[in-house]
Amino acid sequence: MPSIRQNAHSDVLPDFRNLGVIARLLVAVNAVAFVAALLGSANLAQGAERFARSAAVLEPLLLAVVLSLASVSTLLGRLAYPAGCAAVITIVLALTAAAHAAIGALDSGAAPDLARMLVLAALIAAALLGYFYLLAKAYSPALTEARLQALQARIRPHFLFNSLNTVLSLIRRDPKRAERALENLADLFRTLMSDARQFVRLADEISLLERYAELEQLRLGDRLRITWEIDGAPSDALMPPMVLQPLLENAVYHGVEPGTGVGEVLVRIELRGARVLASIENPYIEEQQKRAGNRMALENIRERLMLFFDAEARLTTRAAQARYRVEIEMPYRVDAPSVARSGTA
Amino acid sequence: MSLRVFIADDEEPARSRLRELLGDIAGEVATTVAGEAGHGLEALERIPASGAQVLLADIDMPGMGGLELARHLAGLERAPAVIFVTAHDRHAVEAFELNAIDYLLKPVRATRLAAALKKAARAAPPDRDQLAKAAQGAREYLSVVERNRILLVPVRDIVFLRADQKYVTLRTAEREHLIEEPLVALEREFAERLVRIHRNCLVARAAIRGFERNPGDEEAQWLVVLDGVAEKLPVSRRQWPVVRELVSDK
Repeated sequence: MPSIRQNAHSDVLPDFRNLGVIARLLVAVNAVAFVAALLGSANLAQGAERFARSAAVLEPLLLAVVLSLASVSTLLGRLAYPAGCAAVITIVLALTAAAHAAIGALDSGAAPDLARMLVLAALIAAALLGYFYLLAKAYSPALTEARLQALQARIRPHFLFNSLNTVLSLIRRDPKRAERALENLADLFRTLMSDARQFVRLADEISLLERYAELEQLRLGDRLRITWEIDGAPSDALMPPMVLQPLLENAVYHGVEPGTGVGEVLVRIELRGARVLASIENPYIEEQQKRAGNRMALENIRERLMLFFDAEARLTTRAAQARYRVEIEMPYRVDAPSVARSGTA
Repeated sequence: MSLRVFIADDEEPARSRLRELLGDIAGEVATTVAGEAGHGLEALERIPASGAQVLLADIDMPGMGGLELARHLAGLERAPAVIFVTAHDRHAVEAFELNAIDYLLKPVRATRLAAALKKAARAAPPDRDQLAKAAQGAREYLSVVERNRILLVPVRDIVFLRADQKYVTLRTAEREHLIEEPLVALEREFAERLVRIHRNCLVARAAIRGFERNPGDEEAQWLVVLDGVAEKLPVSRRQWPVVRELVSDK
Protein backbone atom coordinates (compact mmCIF):
# COMPACT_ATOMS: atom_id res chain seq x y z
CA MET A 1 0.00 0.00 0.00
CA PRO A 2 1.43 3.37 -0.94
CA SER A 3 2.08 5.46 2.07
CA ILE A 4 3.35 8.90 2.84
CA ARG A 5 6.04 7.39 5.03
CA GLN A 6 8.36 6.80 2.12
CA ASN A 7 8.08 10.45 1.26
CA ALA A 8 9.57 11.47 4.48
CA HIS A 9 12.93 9.76 4.78
CA SER A 10 15.50 12.44 5.31
CA ASP A 11 18.24 10.55 3.46
CA VAL A 12 16.35 10.55 0.19
CA LEU A 13 16.70 13.09 -2.59
CA PRO A 14 13.76 15.43 -3.03
CA ASP A 15 11.25 14.63 -5.75
CA PHE A 16 12.43 16.99 -8.48
CA ARG A 17 9.09 16.70 -10.27
CA ASN A 18 7.29 18.21 -7.34
CA LEU A 19 6.22 21.80 -7.94
CA GLY A 20 7.08 22.77 -4.40
CA VAL A 21 10.64 21.51 -4.83
CA ILE A 22 11.00 23.25 -8.18
CA ALA A 23 9.69 26.51 -6.77
CA ARG A 24 12.11 26.32 -3.87
CA LEU A 25 15.01 25.70 -6.28
CA LEU A 26 14.14 28.66 -8.48
CA VAL A 27 13.64 31.06 -5.60
CA ALA A 28 16.77 29.97 -3.74
CA VAL A 29 19.13 30.20 -6.70
CA ASN A 30 17.79 33.57 -7.80
CA ALA A 31 18.03 34.88 -4.27
CA VAL A 32 21.68 33.82 -4.08
CA ALA A 33 22.40 35.46 -7.43
CA PHE A 34 20.72 38.66 -6.33
CA VAL A 35 22.63 38.81 -3.07
CA ALA A 36 25.87 38.17 -4.94
CA ALA A 37 25.08 40.95 -7.40
CA LEU A 38 24.32 43.37 -4.57
CA LEU A 39 27.48 42.50 -2.68
CA GLY A 40 29.62 43.33 -5.69
CA SER A 41 27.91 46.67 -6.40
CA ALA A 42 28.12 50.16 -5.06
CA ASN A 43 24.36 50.85 -5.03
CA LEU A 44 21.01 49.22 -5.59
CA ALA A 45 20.60 50.32 -9.20
CA GLN A 46 24.00 48.92 -10.11
CA GLY A 47 23.17 45.71 -8.25
CA ALA A 48 19.91 45.31 -10.13
CA GLU A 49 21.67 45.88 -13.42
CA ARG A 50 24.36 43.35 -12.56
CA PHE A 51 21.70 40.85 -11.53
CA ALA A 52 19.86 41.38 -14.81
CA ARG A 53 23.05 40.78 -16.77
CA SER A 54 23.89 37.61 -14.88
CA ALA A 55 20.31 36.43 -15.37
CA ALA A 56 20.98 36.08 -19.09
CA VAL A 57 23.34 33.23 -18.24
CA LEU A 58 21.78 32.06 -15.02
CA GLU A 59 18.15 31.59 -16.04
CA PRO A 60 18.70 29.32 -19.07
CA LEU A 61 21.18 27.30 -17.05
CA LEU A 62 18.84 27.03 -14.10
CA LEU A 63 16.00 26.02 -16.39
CA ALA A 64 18.15 23.34 -17.99
CA VAL A 65 19.13 22.01 -14.57
CA VAL A 66 15.54 21.91 -13.32
CA LEU A 67 14.30 20.18 -16.46
CA SER A 68 17.13 17.63 -16.45
CA LEU A 69 16.66 16.79 -12.78
CA ALA A 70 12.91 16.48 -13.22
CA SER A 71 13.32 14.14 -16.17
CA VAL A 72 15.74 11.82 -14.39
CA SER A 73 14.11 12.15 -10.97
CA THR A 74 12.83 8.56 -10.97
CA LEU A 75 16.28 7.23 -11.87
CA LEU A 76 17.93 9.37 -9.20
CA GLY A 77 15.53 7.98 -6.65
CA ARG A 78 16.80 4.47 -7.27
CA LEU A 79 20.37 5.41 -6.39
CA ALA A 80 21.68 5.32 -2.85
CA TYR A 81 21.60 8.77 -1.27
CA PRO A 82 25.36 9.62 -1.59
CA ALA A 83 25.43 8.38 -5.18
CA GLY A 84 22.28 10.39 -5.87
CA CYS A 85 23.89 13.54 -4.50
CA ALA A 86 27.00 12.92 -6.58
CA ALA A 87 24.83 12.42 -9.65
CA VAL A 88 22.95 15.67 -9.04
CA ILE A 89 26.19 17.63 -8.66
CA THR A 90 27.62 15.97 -11.76
CA ILE A 91 24.55 16.97 -13.76
CA VAL A 92 24.83 20.54 -12.50
CA LEU A 93 28.54 20.70 -13.34
CA ALA A 94 28.05 19.21 -16.79
CA LEU A 95 25.29 21.68 -17.63
CA THR A 96 27.36 24.55 -16.26
CA ALA A 97 30.28 23.55 -18.46
CA ALA A 98 27.92 23.31 -21.43
CA ALA A 99 26.58 26.77 -20.65
CA HIS A 100 30.12 28.10 -20.48
CA ALA A 101 30.89 26.58 -23.86
CA ALA A 102 27.70 28.06 -25.30
CA ILE A 103 28.55 31.55 -24.07
CA GLY A 104 32.05 31.18 -25.48
CA ALA A 105 30.66 30.19 -28.87
CA LEU A 106 28.27 33.14 -28.95
CA ASP A 107 30.71 35.78 -27.81
CA SER A 108 34.23 34.67 -27.03
CA GLY A 109 35.08 37.91 -25.22
CA ALA A 110 32.28 37.62 -22.65
CA ALA A 111 32.94 34.16 -21.30
CA PRO A 112 33.61 34.20 -17.55
CA ASP A 113 36.22 32.02 -15.95
CA LEU A 114 35.19 28.34 -16.24
CA ALA A 115 36.73 27.23 -12.94
CA ARG A 116 34.96 30.01 -11.04
CA MET A 117 31.63 29.09 -12.61
CA LEU A 118 32.05 25.40 -11.81
CA VAL A 119 32.99 26.01 -8.17
CA LEU A 120 30.06 28.39 -7.69
CA ALA A 121 27.63 25.93 -9.27
CA ALA A 122 28.91 23.03 -7.16
CA LEU A 123 28.70 25.10 -3.97
CA ILE A 124 25.16 26.24 -4.65
CA ALA A 125 24.08 22.72 -5.60
CA ALA A 126 25.61 21.29 -2.43
CA ALA A 127 24.02 23.99 -0.28
CA LEU A 128 20.60 23.26 -1.77
CA LEU A 129 21.01 19.53 -1.29
CA GLY A 130 21.82 20.28 2.34
CA TYR A 131 18.72 22.47 2.59
CA PHE A 132 16.51 19.71 1.21
CA TYR A 133 18.13 17.24 3.56
CA LEU A 134 17.25 19.44 6.55
CA LEU A 135 13.79 20.08 5.20
CA ALA A 136 13.17 16.35 4.87
CA LYS A 137 14.49 15.88 8.36
CA ALA A 138 12.09 18.47 9.70
CA TYR A 139 9.34 16.39 8.14
CA SER A 140 11.00 13.21 9.29
CA PRO A 141 8.84 10.09 9.54
CA ALA A 142 8.41 10.42 13.28
CA LEU A 143 7.41 14.06 13.07
CA THR A 144 5.23 13.61 10.03
CA GLU A 145 3.55 10.67 11.65
CA ALA A 146 2.95 12.55 14.85
CA ARG A 147 1.52 15.46 12.92
CA LEU A 148 -0.69 13.25 10.82
CA GLN A 149 -1.95 11.41 13.88
CA ALA A 150 -2.69 14.70 15.55
CA LEU A 151 -4.41 15.92 12.43
CA GLN A 152 -6.37 12.74 11.94
CA ALA A 153 -9.86 13.76 11.06
CA ARG A 154 -12.33 13.47 13.87
CA ILE A 155 -16.00 12.94 13.58
CA ARG A 156 -17.93 15.29 15.79
CA PRO A 157 -19.20 13.64 18.98
CA HIS A 158 -22.40 15.50 18.21
CA PHE A 159 -22.77 13.35 15.10
CA LEU A 160 -21.86 10.10 16.83
CA PHE A 161 -24.36 10.44 19.66
CA ASN A 162 -27.15 11.72 17.46
CA SER A 163 -26.55 8.85 15.05
CA LEU A 164 -26.65 6.30 17.84
CA ASN A 165 -29.86 7.87 18.99
CA THR A 166 -31.27 7.55 15.48
CA VAL A 167 -30.33 3.89 15.36
CA LEU A 168 -32.01 3.32 18.73
CA SER A 169 -35.18 4.87 17.40
CA LEU A 170 -35.10 2.54 14.38
CA ILE A 171 -34.48 -0.74 16.17
CA ARG A 172 -38.11 -1.47 16.96
CA ARG A 173 -39.78 0.19 13.99
CA ASP A 174 -37.43 -0.84 11.22
CA PRO A 175 -34.75 -3.32 12.29
CA LYS A 176 -33.40 -3.70 8.74
CA ARG A 177 -32.61 -0.01 8.46
CA ALA A 178 -31.18 -0.01 11.95
CA GLU A 179 -28.80 -2.78 10.92
CA ARG A 180 -27.75 -0.92 7.83
CA ALA A 181 -27.19 2.26 9.81
CA LEU A 182 -24.95 0.46 12.27
CA GLU A 183 -22.96 -1.06 9.41
CA ASN A 184 -22.46 2.40 7.93
CA LEU A 185 -21.39 3.74 11.29
CA ALA A 186 -18.91 0.88 11.65
CA ASP A 187 -17.42 1.65 8.22
CA LEU A 188 -17.03 5.29 9.07
CA PHE A 189 -15.25 4.54 12.29
CA ARG A 190 -13.05 1.91 10.72
CA THR A 191 -11.79 4.53 8.27
CA LEU A 192 -11.49 7.07 11.01
CA MET A 193 -9.31 4.79 13.06
CA SER A 194 -7.26 3.57 10.13
CA ASP A 195 -3.76 4.66 9.29
CA ALA A 196 -3.81 8.37 8.55
CA ARG A 197 -0.63 8.05 6.51
CA GLN A 198 -1.98 5.76 3.82
CA PHE A 199 -3.25 7.04 0.52
CA VAL A 200 -6.75 5.91 -0.35
CA ARG A 201 -8.50 5.64 -3.69
CA LEU A 202 -11.01 8.32 -4.52
CA ALA A 203 -13.62 5.59 -5.04
CA ASP A 204 -13.21 4.55 -1.40
CA GLU A 205 -13.52 8.09 -0.18
CA ILE A 206 -16.68 8.50 -2.26
CA SER A 207 -18.26 5.36 -0.85
CA LEU A 208 -17.45 6.67 2.61
CA LEU A 209 -19.21 9.91 1.70
CA GLU A 210 -22.26 7.95 0.65
CA ARG A 211 -22.35 5.97 3.86
CA TYR A 212 -22.07 9.10 5.89
CA ALA A 213 -24.78 10.78 3.79
CA GLU A 214 -27.09 7.83 4.33
CA LEU A 215 -26.75 8.17 8.09
CA GLU A 216 -27.43 11.87 8.01
CA GLN A 217 -30.40 11.31 5.75
CA LEU A 218 -31.96 8.99 8.34
CA ARG A 219 -31.42 11.56 11.04
CA LEU A 220 -32.49 14.68 9.19
CA GLY A 221 -35.05 13.26 6.75
CA ASP A 222 -36.47 15.74 4.25
CA ARG A 223 -34.42 18.57 5.66
CA LEU A 224 -31.32 17.26 3.89
CA ARG A 225 -31.21 17.04 0.12
CA ILE A 226 -27.89 16.04 -1.43
CA THR A 227 -27.22 16.22 -5.15
CA TRP A 228 -24.32 14.12 -6.39
CA GLU A 229 -22.40 15.11 -9.51
CA ILE A 230 -19.68 12.53 -9.40
CA ASP A 231 -19.90 10.69 -12.72
CA GLY A 232 -16.69 12.32 -13.88
CA ALA A 233 -14.74 11.42 -10.76
CA PRO A 234 -11.58 9.40 -11.49
CA SER A 235 -12.12 6.51 -9.12
CA ASP A 236 -8.46 5.43 -9.18
CA ALA A 237 -7.05 8.79 -8.08
CA LEU A 238 -5.04 8.59 -4.86
CA MET A 239 -5.62 11.01 -2.02
CA PRO A 240 -5.22 11.30 1.74
CA PRO A 241 -8.04 9.61 3.65
CA MET A 242 -10.93 11.48 5.25
CA VAL A 243 -10.56 14.66 3.29
CA LEU A 244 -14.00 14.86 1.72
CA GLN A 245 -16.07 13.41 4.53
CA PRO A 246 -15.28 16.20 7.01
CA LEU A 247 -16.23 18.70 4.33
CA LEU A 248 -19.61 17.08 3.83
CA GLU A 249 -20.01 16.89 7.59
CA ASN A 250 -19.28 20.62 7.79
CA ALA A 251 -21.83 21.29 5.07
CA VAL A 252 -24.50 19.45 7.04
CA TYR A 253 -23.50 20.86 10.40
CA HIS A 254 -23.22 24.48 9.33
CA GLY A 255 -25.49 24.63 6.32
CA VAL A 256 -28.40 22.27 6.96
CA GLU A 257 -28.87 21.63 10.67
CA PRO A 258 -29.19 25.30 11.69
CA GLY A 259 -31.93 25.86 9.10
CA THR A 260 -35.61 25.14 9.55
CA GLY A 261 -36.26 24.48 5.89
CA VAL A 262 -34.77 22.15 3.29
CA GLY A 263 -30.99 22.35 2.96
CA GLU A 264 -29.61 21.68 -0.50
CA VAL A 265 -26.09 20.28 -0.61
CA LEU A 266 -24.18 19.76 -3.82
CA VAL A 267 -21.26 17.34 -4.07
CA ARG A 268 -19.26 17.59 -7.28
CA ILE A 269 -16.10 15.66 -8.11
CA GLU A 270 -14.46 15.74 -11.51
CA LEU A 271 -11.23 15.35 -13.37
CA ARG A 272 -10.03 18.48 -15.13
CA GLY A 273 -6.81 17.95 -17.06
CA ALA A 274 -4.38 16.36 -14.67
CA ARG A 275 -6.16 17.69 -11.62
CA VAL A 276 -8.90 16.34 -9.46
CA LEU A 277 -11.48 18.92 -8.44
CA ALA A 278 -13.86 18.29 -5.60
CA SER A 279 -16.32 20.84 -4.32
CA ILE A 280 -19.07 20.82 -1.76
CA GLU A 281 -21.70 23.52 -1.61
CA ASN A 282 -24.27 24.23 1.06
CA PRO A 283 -26.64 27.01 2.10
CA TYR A 284 -24.85 29.80 3.92
CA ILE A 285 -26.76 30.44 7.10
CA GLU A 286 -25.90 33.54 9.04
CA GLU A 287 -26.44 31.65 12.27
CA GLN A 288 -23.78 29.14 11.40
CA GLN A 289 -21.33 31.71 12.70
CA LYS A 290 -22.47 30.67 16.14
CA ARG A 291 -21.36 27.13 15.61
CA ALA A 292 -17.65 27.04 16.03
CA GLY A 293 -15.11 24.70 14.58
CA ASN A 294 -15.39 25.18 10.85
CA ARG A 295 -12.10 26.96 10.41
CA MET A 296 -10.21 24.40 12.43
CA ALA A 297 -11.51 21.51 10.39
CA LEU A 298 -10.52 23.33 7.18
CA GLU A 299 -7.04 24.12 8.47
CA ASN A 300 -6.66 20.50 9.43
CA ILE A 301 -7.55 19.30 5.94
CA ARG A 302 -5.38 21.93 4.33
CA GLU A 303 -2.39 20.83 6.35
CA ARG A 304 -2.93 17.18 5.58
CA LEU A 305 -3.18 17.95 1.87
CA MET A 306 0.08 19.81 2.16
CA LEU A 307 1.80 16.89 3.86
CA PHE A 308 0.71 14.63 1.03
CA PHE A 309 0.99 16.90 -2.00
CA ASP A 310 3.12 19.85 -0.88
CA ALA A 311 2.29 22.91 -2.98
CA GLU A 312 0.34 20.98 -5.57
CA ALA A 313 -2.94 20.83 -3.70
CA ARG A 314 -5.22 23.70 -2.82
CA LEU A 315 -8.23 24.28 -0.66
CA THR A 316 -10.38 27.35 -1.18
CA THR A 317 -13.65 28.55 0.31
CA ARG A 318 -16.17 31.07 -0.89
CA ALA A 319 -19.40 32.45 0.50
CA ALA A 320 -21.62 34.20 -2.02
CA GLN A 321 -25.32 34.52 -2.76
CA ALA A 322 -26.37 32.61 0.32
CA ARG A 323 -24.26 29.62 -0.68
CA TYR A 324 -21.04 28.44 0.89
CA ARG A 325 -18.59 26.47 -1.17
CA VAL A 326 -15.40 24.58 -0.40
CA GLU A 327 -13.21 23.43 -3.23
CA ILE A 328 -10.24 21.11 -3.20
CA GLU A 329 -7.85 20.82 -6.08
CA MET A 330 -5.22 18.13 -6.11
CA PRO A 331 -2.99 16.43 -8.64
CA TYR A 332 -4.38 13.32 -10.32
CA ARG A 333 -2.07 10.53 -9.21
CA VAL A 334 -2.67 6.85 -9.63
CA ASP A 335 0.63 5.74 -8.17
CA ALA A 336 1.96 7.17 -4.97
CA PRO A 337 4.68 9.70 -5.85
CA SER A 338 7.13 8.09 -3.51
CA VAL A 339 6.84 4.42 -4.38
CA ALA A 340 9.62 4.47 -6.96
CA ARG A 341 11.71 6.48 -4.57
CA SER A 342 12.03 4.01 -1.75
CA GLY A 343 11.78 0.98 -3.97
CA THR A 344 9.44 -0.72 -1.52
CA ALA A 345 5.75 -0.35 -1.68
CA MET B 1 -53.15 11.66 36.79
CA SER B 2 -50.78 11.58 33.91
CA LEU B 3 -48.12 14.15 33.31
CA ARG B 4 -48.49 16.17 30.12
CA VAL B 5 -45.16 16.16 28.28
CA PHE B 6 -44.21 18.29 25.29
CA ILE B 7 -41.34 17.14 23.04
CA ALA B 8 -39.24 19.66 21.13
CA ASP B 9 -36.47 18.27 18.94
CA ASP B 10 -35.55 18.98 15.34
CA GLU B 11 -34.80 15.34 14.53
CA GLU B 12 -37.82 13.17 13.95
CA PRO B 13 -36.07 9.95 15.03
CA ALA B 14 -35.10 11.62 18.30
CA ARG B 15 -38.71 12.60 18.98
CA SER B 16 -39.98 9.14 18.22
CA ARG B 17 -37.33 7.64 20.47
CA LEU B 18 -38.53 9.82 23.35
CA ARG B 19 -42.15 8.79 22.70
CA GLU B 20 -41.06 5.18 22.76
CA LEU B 21 -39.27 5.64 26.07
CA LEU B 22 -42.24 7.45 27.58
CA GLY B 23 -44.29 4.39 26.67
CA ASP B 24 -41.72 2.10 28.27
CA ILE B 25 -41.79 3.90 31.61
CA ALA B 26 -45.57 4.36 31.69
CA GLY B 27 -45.80 1.96 34.64
CA GLU B 28 -43.53 4.14 36.67
CA VAL B 29 -44.48 7.62 35.46
CA ALA B 30 -47.74 7.97 33.59
CA THR B 31 -47.44 10.53 30.82
CA THR B 32 -49.40 11.90 27.89
CA VAL B 33 -47.69 13.56 24.95
CA ALA B 34 -49.16 17.04 24.93
CA GLY B 35 -47.53 17.99 21.67
CA GLU B 36 -44.40 18.00 19.57
CA ALA B 37 -42.40 20.58 17.68
CA GLY B 38 -39.50 20.45 15.24
CA HIS B 39 -37.92 23.74 16.26
CA GLY B 40 -37.98 26.32 19.00
CA LEU B 41 -40.31 28.84 17.40
CA GLU B 42 -42.88 26.18 16.64
CA ALA B 43 -42.66 24.92 20.22
CA LEU B 44 -43.15 28.41 21.61
CA GLU B 45 -46.29 28.79 19.56
CA ARG B 46 -47.82 25.49 20.60
CA ILE B 47 -46.84 25.04 24.22
CA PRO B 48 -49.07 27.66 25.92
CA ALA B 49 -52.26 26.10 24.56
CA SER B 50 -51.06 22.52 24.97
CA GLY B 51 -51.30 22.47 28.73
CA ALA B 52 -47.84 20.92 28.89
CA GLN B 53 -46.48 20.43 32.40
CA VAL B 54 -43.06 19.25 31.35
CA LEU B 55 -41.04 20.17 28.29
CA LEU B 56 -38.31 17.93 26.91
CA ALA B 57 -36.24 20.38 24.90
CA ASP B 58 -33.27 19.68 22.66
CA ILE B 59 -30.67 22.37 23.15
CA ASP B 60 -29.50 22.55 19.60
CA MET B 61 -32.51 23.34 17.43
CA PRO B 62 -32.64 25.53 14.35
CA GLY B 63 -34.38 28.88 14.62
CA MET B 64 -34.35 28.92 18.40
CA GLY B 65 -32.45 26.62 20.71
CA GLY B 66 -33.86 24.96 23.82
CA LEU B 67 -32.36 27.43 26.24
CA GLU B 68 -33.82 30.50 24.64
CA LEU B 69 -37.13 28.68 24.29
CA ALA B 70 -37.16 28.00 28.03
CA ARG B 71 -36.31 31.61 28.82
CA HIS B 72 -39.33 32.85 26.91
CA LEU B 73 -41.60 30.22 28.39
CA ALA B 74 -40.56 31.30 31.87
CA GLY B 75 -42.74 34.37 31.37
CA LEU B 76 -45.89 32.25 31.21
CA GLU B 77 -48.10 32.08 34.26
CA ARG B 78 -48.05 28.30 34.11
CA ALA B 79 -44.67 27.67 32.65
CA PRO B 80 -43.84 24.01 32.12
CA ALA B 81 -40.91 22.46 33.91
CA VAL B 82 -38.05 22.00 31.46
CA ILE B 83 -35.70 19.06 31.01
CA PHE B 84 -32.99 19.79 28.50
CA VAL B 85 -31.70 17.12 26.16
CA THR B 86 -28.39 17.24 24.37
CA ALA B 87 -26.21 14.88 22.39
CA HIS B 88 -22.96 16.54 23.19
CA ASP B 89 -22.70 20.11 24.28
CA ARG B 90 -20.02 20.34 26.89
CA HIS B 91 -20.53 24.03 27.56
CA ALA B 92 -24.24 23.65 28.03
CA VAL B 93 -23.76 20.68 30.32
CA GLU B 94 -21.29 22.59 32.46
CA ALA B 95 -23.67 25.51 32.67
CA PHE B 96 -26.53 23.21 33.68
CA GLU B 97 -24.48 21.58 36.39
CA LEU B 98 -23.45 24.97 37.69
CA ASN B 99 -27.00 26.26 37.82
CA ALA B 100 -28.70 23.08 39.03
CA ILE B 101 -30.76 22.68 35.87
CA ASP B 102 -31.80 19.18 34.92
CA TYR B 103 -30.69 17.68 31.62
CA LEU B 104 -30.47 14.36 29.82
CA LEU B 105 -27.82 13.10 27.44
CA LYS B 106 -28.70 11.48 24.13
CA PRO B 107 -29.14 8.60 23.72
CA VAL B 108 -31.48 8.93 26.68
CA ARG B 109 -31.89 6.05 29.15
CA ALA B 110 -35.37 5.10 30.31
CA THR B 111 -34.40 5.13 33.99
CA ARG B 112 -32.85 8.59 33.76
CA LEU B 113 -35.88 9.88 31.90
CA ALA B 114 -38.23 8.50 34.56
CA ALA B 115 -36.19 10.04 37.36
CA ALA B 116 -36.03 13.41 35.62
CA LEU B 117 -39.79 13.43 34.98
CA LYS B 118 -40.60 12.59 38.60
CA LYS B 119 -38.34 15.35 39.77
CA ALA B 120 -39.78 17.82 37.27
CA ALA B 121 -43.33 17.02 38.38
CA ARG B 122 -42.47 18.09 41.91
CA ALA B 123 -40.03 20.93 41.42
CA ALA B 124 -40.70 24.46 40.30
CA PRO B 125 -39.60 25.24 36.74
CA PRO B 126 -36.17 26.84 36.49
CA ASP B 127 -36.55 30.56 36.89
CA ARG B 128 -35.41 33.21 34.49
CA ASP B 129 -32.25 34.13 36.31
CA GLN B 130 -31.13 30.56 36.53
CA LEU B 131 -31.69 30.10 32.80
CA ALA B 132 -30.08 33.40 31.92
CA LYS B 133 -26.95 32.37 33.79
CA ALA B 134 -26.85 29.03 31.99
CA ALA B 135 -27.32 30.61 28.57
CA GLN B 136 -24.18 31.18 26.57
CA GLY B 137 -25.17 33.93 24.24
CA ALA B 138 -27.61 36.77 23.86
CA ARG B 139 -31.16 35.90 22.87
CA GLU B 140 -32.44 36.58 19.39
CA TYR B 141 -35.79 37.74 20.72
CA LEU B 142 -37.36 39.45 23.68
CA SER B 143 -40.77 38.20 24.67
CA VAL B 144 -43.97 39.76 25.89
CA VAL B 145 -46.71 37.61 27.36
CA GLU B 146 -50.17 38.67 26.31
CA ARG B 147 -53.17 36.64 27.44
CA ASN B 148 -51.27 33.37 27.71
CA ARG B 149 -49.63 33.92 24.36
CA ILE B 150 -45.98 34.69 23.91
CA LEU B 151 -45.24 37.50 21.54
CA LEU B 152 -41.67 37.63 20.26
CA VAL B 153 -39.89 40.83 19.34
CA PRO B 154 -36.67 40.29 17.37
CA VAL B 155 -33.80 41.98 19.16
CA ARG B 156 -32.70 43.55 15.86
CA ASP B 157 -36.02 45.45 15.72
CA ILE B 158 -35.38 47.28 18.99
CA VAL B 159 -34.95 51.02 18.58
CA PHE B 160 -34.75 51.82 22.27
CA LEU B 161 -35.53 50.48 25.73
CA ARG B 162 -36.60 52.88 28.46
CA ALA B 163 -37.20 52.07 32.10
CA ASP B 164 -40.26 53.59 33.77
CA GLN B 165 -41.43 52.86 37.29
CA LYS B 166 -41.89 49.11 37.15
CA TYR B 167 -41.63 48.18 33.49
CA VAL B 168 -39.29 48.68 30.64
CA THR B 169 -40.77 50.11 27.48
CA LEU B 170 -39.47 48.45 24.35
CA ARG B 171 -39.85 50.63 21.28
CA THR B 172 -39.66 49.29 17.72
CA ALA B 173 -40.32 51.29 14.60
CA GLU B 174 -43.90 49.93 14.62
CA ARG B 175 -45.02 49.84 18.21
CA GLU B 176 -44.37 49.76 21.93
CA HIS B 177 -44.24 46.81 24.33
CA LEU B 178 -43.89 46.56 28.05
CA ILE B 179 -41.42 44.01 29.34
CA GLU B 180 -40.54 42.94 32.84
CA GLU B 181 -36.79 42.66 32.77
CA PRO B 182 -34.31 44.92 34.51
CA LEU B 183 -32.54 47.36 32.24
CA VAL B 184 -29.15 46.50 33.73
CA ALA B 185 -29.46 42.84 32.72
CA LEU B 186 -30.61 43.80 29.24
CA GLU B 187 -27.67 46.17 28.89
CA ARG B 188 -25.28 43.38 29.81
CA GLU B 189 -26.86 40.80 27.51
CA PHE B 190 -27.07 43.04 24.46
CA ALA B 191 -23.95 45.14 24.98
CA GLU B 192 -22.95 44.60 21.38
CA ARG B 193 -26.14 46.04 20.02
CA LEU B 194 -27.36 48.57 22.54
CA VAL B 195 -25.72 51.57 24.15
CA ARG B 196 -26.77 53.39 27.31
CA ILE B 197 -27.52 57.05 26.69
CA HIS B 198 -29.15 57.83 30.00
CA ARG B 199 -29.69 56.33 33.43
CA ASN B 200 -33.02 54.96 32.22
CA CYS B 201 -32.45 54.40 28.53
CA LEU B 202 -30.69 52.06 26.08
CA VAL B 203 -30.60 52.79 22.35
CA ALA B 204 -29.76 50.55 19.39
CA ARG B 205 -26.40 51.65 18.05
CA ALA B 206 -27.51 51.02 14.50
CA ALA B 207 -30.56 53.26 14.90
CA ILE B 208 -28.66 56.39 15.89
CA ARG B 209 -28.91 58.90 13.08
CA GLY B 210 -27.42 61.93 14.74
CA PHE B 211 -27.62 64.47 17.55
CA GLU B 212 -29.35 67.75 18.21
CA ARG B 213 -28.70 70.47 20.73
CA ASN B 214 -31.11 70.45 23.64
CA PRO B 215 -31.11 74.05 24.82
CA GLY B 216 -32.17 74.85 28.32
CA ASP B 217 -31.37 71.51 29.89
CA GLU B 218 -28.24 71.53 31.98
CA GLU B 219 -28.25 67.79 32.69
CA ALA B 220 -28.82 66.68 29.10
CA GLN B 221 -27.53 69.10 26.51
CA TRP B 222 -27.89 66.74 23.59
CA LEU B 223 -30.70 64.72 22.04
CA VAL B 224 -30.33 61.54 20.00
CA VAL B 225 -32.17 61.53 16.68
CA LEU B 226 -33.21 58.00 15.77
CA ASP B 227 -34.16 56.06 12.66
CA GLY B 228 -37.71 54.80 12.67
CA VAL B 229 -39.12 56.87 15.54
CA ALA B 230 -39.79 60.56 15.74
CA GLU B 231 -39.14 60.88 19.44
CA LYS B 232 -35.76 62.38 20.38
CA LEU B 233 -34.09 61.08 23.49
CA PRO B 234 -31.92 63.03 25.89
CA VAL B 235 -28.32 61.95 26.41
CA SER B 236 -27.16 62.41 29.96
CA ARG B 237 -24.07 64.48 30.54
CA ARG B 238 -22.39 61.45 32.01
CA GLN B 239 -23.03 59.20 28.98
CA TRP B 240 -22.37 61.87 26.34
CA PRO B 241 -18.62 61.18 25.89
CA VAL B 242 -19.28 57.43 25.44
CA VAL B 243 -22.11 57.93 22.98
CA ARG B 244 -20.30 60.53 20.91
CA GLU B 245 -17.27 58.25 20.69
CA LEU B 246 -19.38 55.38 19.39
CA VAL B 247 -20.92 57.41 16.68
CA SER B 248 -17.71 58.94 15.46
CA ASP B 249 -16.46 55.35 15.04
CA LYS B 250 -19.27 54.55 12.65
